[in-house]
Amino acid sequence: MSVQVEDPRVIEFDVRTDEMLVNMGPQHPSTHGVLRLLLRTDGEIVHEVTPHIGYLHRSAEKIGENLATPQWIPYTDRMDYLAGMNMNLGFSLAVEKLIGMEVPEKAMTVRVLIAELGRIASHLVGMGAYGLDLGSFSPFLYAFREREIILDLFEEVCGARLTYSYITIGGATHDIPDEICIPPGLAALIGRKPTEKVSWMQAVLMFLEWLEPRIQEYHTLLTRNQIFIKRTADLGILDRDAAISFGCTGPVLRGSGVEWDLRKDGEPIYTRMYEGYDFDVPVAPFDAAPPEAKLGDNWCRFYVRMMEVVQSIGLVRQAIEKYPSAEGTYREPYKMSTKLPTDECYLETECPRGAMGFYIVGTGNAEPFRVRAKSSCFCNLSVTAPLSEGYLLGDIPAVVGSLDVVMGEIDR
Amino acid sequence: MNVSEIHTLLVEQFGESKVTGIQSEAVDPWIEVAPEALAEVARCLRDDDRFQFDHLNNLTGVDYLEPDPKKAKEFDHEPHVEVVYHLSSYSLRHRVTVKVKLPRWKNDEAGQLPEVASVSDIWAIADWHEREAYDLVGIHFTGHPNLRRILCPEDWVGHALRKDYEFPLEYHGIRGR
Repeated sequence: MSVQVEDPRVIEFDVRTDEMLVNMGPQHPSTHGVLRLLLRTDGEIVHEVTPHIGYLHRSAEKIGENLATPQWIPYTDRMDYLAGMNMNLGFSLAVEKLIGMEVPEKAMTVRVLIAELGRIASHLVGMGAYGLDLGSFSPFLYAFREREIILDLFEEVCGARLTYSYITIGGATHDIPDEICIPPGLAALIGRKPTEKVSWMQAVLMFLEWLEPRIQEYHTLLTRNQIFIKRTADLGILDRDAAISFGCTGPVLRGSGVEWDLRKDGEPIYTRMYEGYDFDVPVAPFDAAPPEAKLGDNWCRFYVRMMEVVQSIGLVRQAIEKYPSAEGTYREPYKMSTKLPTDECYLETECPRGAMGFYIVGTGNAEPFRVRAKSSCFCNLSVTAPLSEGYLLGDIPAVVGSLDVVMGEIDR
Repeated sequence: MNVSEIHTLLVEQFGESKVTGIQSEAVDPWIEVAPEALAEVARCLRDDDRFQFDHLNNLTGVDYLEPDPKKAKEFDHEPHVEVVYHLSSYSLRHRVTVKVKLPRWKNDEAGQLPEVASVSDIWAIADWHEREAYDLVGIHFTGHPNLRRILCPEDWVGHALRKDYEFPLEYHGIRGR
């Protein structure tokens, strides 16, 4: 609900209230990490928002200048720590673009499969945490139950559950395992024994089969919940031109009605991976939108993510079908000492939170001369100030949460 | 439109004194623009119907300096600082990289930041990107509405991505090295 007051100082009977500075964060639970917002409020109405970032700055770009490119991949994990696989992929592709490396078909299939599973896991957290921001606790628990199984499956593939460093330059560090025990979490959900042996692909399919009908449950819990709609629809409206000017990408851009997904509209080295896959790009406005929702509001951004989960499920299934017949190996060898050419390149990939760009400058050494990570959340967060001015204090978490930012990626 | 075509059109409009060069052999070909002409070229790139670069993908700075004297002989670049702009267009679906070369220090006085015009009034996101470039690479963007540090604390000394940056020994009683 936006409150329209011509002169915000005049509320009623010409009673003037003092302006108050409210410091929200950096340890506030609804600011998704260490974001600090300085709010200038007049009573309940916020009329200036100043975001302060940098609490998680770890000089990743400076460190990158002293490491060979494969050694920097673990640092990309720690940027967007909810979608480590997608970050690995973005950086690996940028290096491959710089040195002109071709990746075998099998490696590409593995990458699509893993990256889309990563997207599902990331959007599940985005959805659950957004519910939590708005005071609804159960979706968070359900989302984490589902995500846990994806993490179990990733653990079977590469041994790690959060910071994978799995996708690497030339392909992936390991092939998909042939036979695994059903992860205990999944076994409990589908009523199988955890000692049963299945192939990894079968386990993924079992999980997807279980996940797909649950999405309707999330819609019932959140998307079509009247309280949720009241708190998100017609709130935090980001129009198309502002979204483009502020460099917003990913679900934030598509929620404002711009049809742009780098998996379809990106550079050839990236779109080649998705050739032959059938998927849609969900863009607002939606037919399923409640009458209160407007183009570019919190609800649209949330719904884009929910719809992307459905598309990613389809992509994972297609990748599993392709995998047995894919040619080549899972990895083209790449030596740590490979010298980068005296050249530079910039590549953006579609991470769950938007277009993550890597800019690499080589000067004939194995270590890049300069490596830059352009964060999508950094750009998405920069709209917080124009988006939340004039709203009630209690609506700020709803606006910030709908942008789904991860501070590790913003501060790097 | 490819980068060579964009370069030809820009040279026609602004002349070679303002649009000073092109590197079409690079993986991502780039166009070099004179620092004093950047604002008008950038505005033209966004507003001209032939270009329509409505999206600033990335803005960053690179410090070209080899601090190690042993390696400096093999280093191909003259010491300078570059500001790099990656642009793309949603409607025309093309991309371009624009570069501005600046001296490492204004008037060769160490500590005086080199200057280039801000593009934050052309692309809103440049506001934050320029603050980051100022903070980490040490470039002064003239006309920027709020050029403060963004990632480092406001009382931080130096610009970390400069190649000759020295890590502070102490910050508010916290030992550095």
